[in-house]
Amino acid sequence: MQAIEAERLTRRFGDFTAVEEVSFAVAEGEIFAFLGPNGAGKTTTINMLCTLLRPTSGTARVGGHDVRREPHAVRRRIGLVFQDPSLDDRLTAWQNLWFHAMLYDLPRMEFQQRARYLLDLVELTEHAHREVRTFSGGMKRRLEIARGLLHRPKVLFLDEPTLGLDPQTRRHIWEHIFSLREKEGSTIFFTTHYMDEAENADRIAIIDHGRIVALDTPENLKATIGGDVLLIRTSDDPLSARRLREGLGLEARTTQEGLLVEAQNADQLIPVVLNLLQNGQGDPVSVYSVNLRRPSLDDVFIKLTGRALRDEEASPLDRMRLSGRLWSRSRR
Amino acid sequence: MSWLKAVYTIWYRDVLRFLRDRARIVSSLGQPLFFLVIFGNGLAPAMTAGMGNVDFRSFLFPGIVSMAVLFTAVFSAVSIVWDREFGFLKEVLVAPVPRSAVALGKVAGGSTTAMFQGILLLVLAPLVRVHLTPSQWITLVAMMLLLAATMTSFGILIAARMRSMEGFHMMMNFLLMPMFFLSGAFFPLRDVPLWMAWLAKVDPVTYGVDAFRQVILQRTVPEFVLRLLTLHPLEVNLALLVAYWLLFLFPAVWMFARQE
Repeated sequence: MQAIEAERLTRRFGDFTAVEEVSFAVAEGEIFAFLGPNGAGKTTTINMLCTLLRPTSGTARVGGHDVRREPHAVRRRIGLVFQDPSLDDRLTAWQNLWFHAMLYDLPRMEFQQRARYLLDLVELTEHAHREVRTFSGGMKRRLEIARGLLHRPKVLFLDEPTLGLDPQTRRHIWEHIFSLREKEGSTIFFTTHYMDEAENADRIAIIDHGRIVALDTPENLKATIGGDVLLIRTSDDPLSARRLREGLGLEARTTQEGLLVEAQNADQLIPVVLNLLQNGQGDPVSVYSVNLRRPSLDDVFIKLTGRALRDEEASPLDRMRLSGRLWSRSRR
Repeated sequence: MSWLKAVYTIWYRDVLRFLRDRARIVSSLGQPLFFLVIFGNGLAPAMTAGMGNVDFRSFLFPGIVSMAVLFTAVFSAVSIVWDREFGFLKEVLVAPVPRSAVALGKVAGGSTTAMFQGILLLVLAPLVRVHLTPSQWITLVAMMLLLAATMTSFGILIAARMRSMEGFHMMMNFLLMPMFFLSGAFFPLRDVPLWMAWLAKVDPVTYGVDAFRQVILQRTVPEFVLRLLTLHPLEVNLALLVAYWLLFLFPAVWMFARQE
């Protein structure tokens, strides 16, 4: 049985289609990533899978149950870590876990054993009886992960699990997630807009404008780029692009960072490209830098969507989120 | 059974938070106390003569108690707006518990904390030369719970569809303040313009203030004077409060359960 099966899942808000006919399946024990820019429909998809939003059309089964017809059965089988902290920061870590156990109707003995075990797993045992508001961002996230696992869910959903955390803490969180899979056999579905984070997944679905544009293992996705990637910065990118096409038959894409060229044996191509641009016919072009690299998921994303994956303008919700942080800070 | 457990859990969280947060308890006592001390003493010389020589501070006191109950109740309900987008409520909404249990737990929690807040003010009664007997205390606590439940249900009804804090400030300015001012908390609703009398009649807070005033001033003010300062018999007030409570409660639970 698959842990998650989505069939033509669609959600509209008025005229706006946030998620359009998304279909995929996640196997039990798999780590599966939804990768895409802000506003691509990642959170909307998670909310539909978690029964927080009703799909406009299409359906999904999570843990073997239909999200439309059996929302309660689905809820019992999933754990969720939200993009924004959803801990009660006036309560202690232990009390937060206790509330979760109450809501999921766990027997007291089981709760105590399980809470101790999970706090140990996320290395928060010594902070169990401190108020959550004294925790760092990474500690809060770890506590939320522990809480999400308290009722032994079949699937753990993580919405941007390391958003706003520093690189060291991000790495640390991921060590915890891997050890979870090892010890608990949980299926993990997470969303992210960090390329390097998506590489932690067994398979990645790249989502853009509410549609899945590619779905495969990180290696296979990168293999769709033929060979290596050259990043060339010049004094005149459009002219250089034309010359590369006419002179060498290379397709160069203009991006904010510079010209991107996919090629086999790119190392040997560098002197040829330099010679062509600087000494070729017509006006000489100055080449500022040439960078050779293995293809990254970023390159895959650019190839698929024509855009780089970067933070776009803040959505209204992001603005509210920011003002919320300021607001709750000023209340203290 | 798990339904009751969920109601209890939501209620318990509100109460636990309230008891842990001493600073908030003290600061939310501040505003009613300012009203009582400043308005009370400032207006007493001018007002006392017009009210059958009832000390204006004693007259004002029941209004101030209802203010504490009213604001605590509505605030705790409206915190849902914030909680839903960014806080603990998300965790609750995705749990396998019925939404109706969540809404009722919220009503119970908001009512209990508002009642506590009212009790804290009631303790100060001797300061305005009002001494309460145990039976008055019991009646008042029960009435505070009723007013608190009414106003928490009202708050949840408003908050169930609200998505932003701007909406919350709008509601504060255009609903809550008028409801409080029109309730007769500050002045007797006798010989007021007709429009004001009518608005006061549809304002549920009026019946709470009126009931509080009757019970609090029972033994302090002669009966015929008290009758001049109040509007309806106690039973009428209580019956109307119960009616308002149910009127708000059912749509509040329904709206809350339907939200996404």
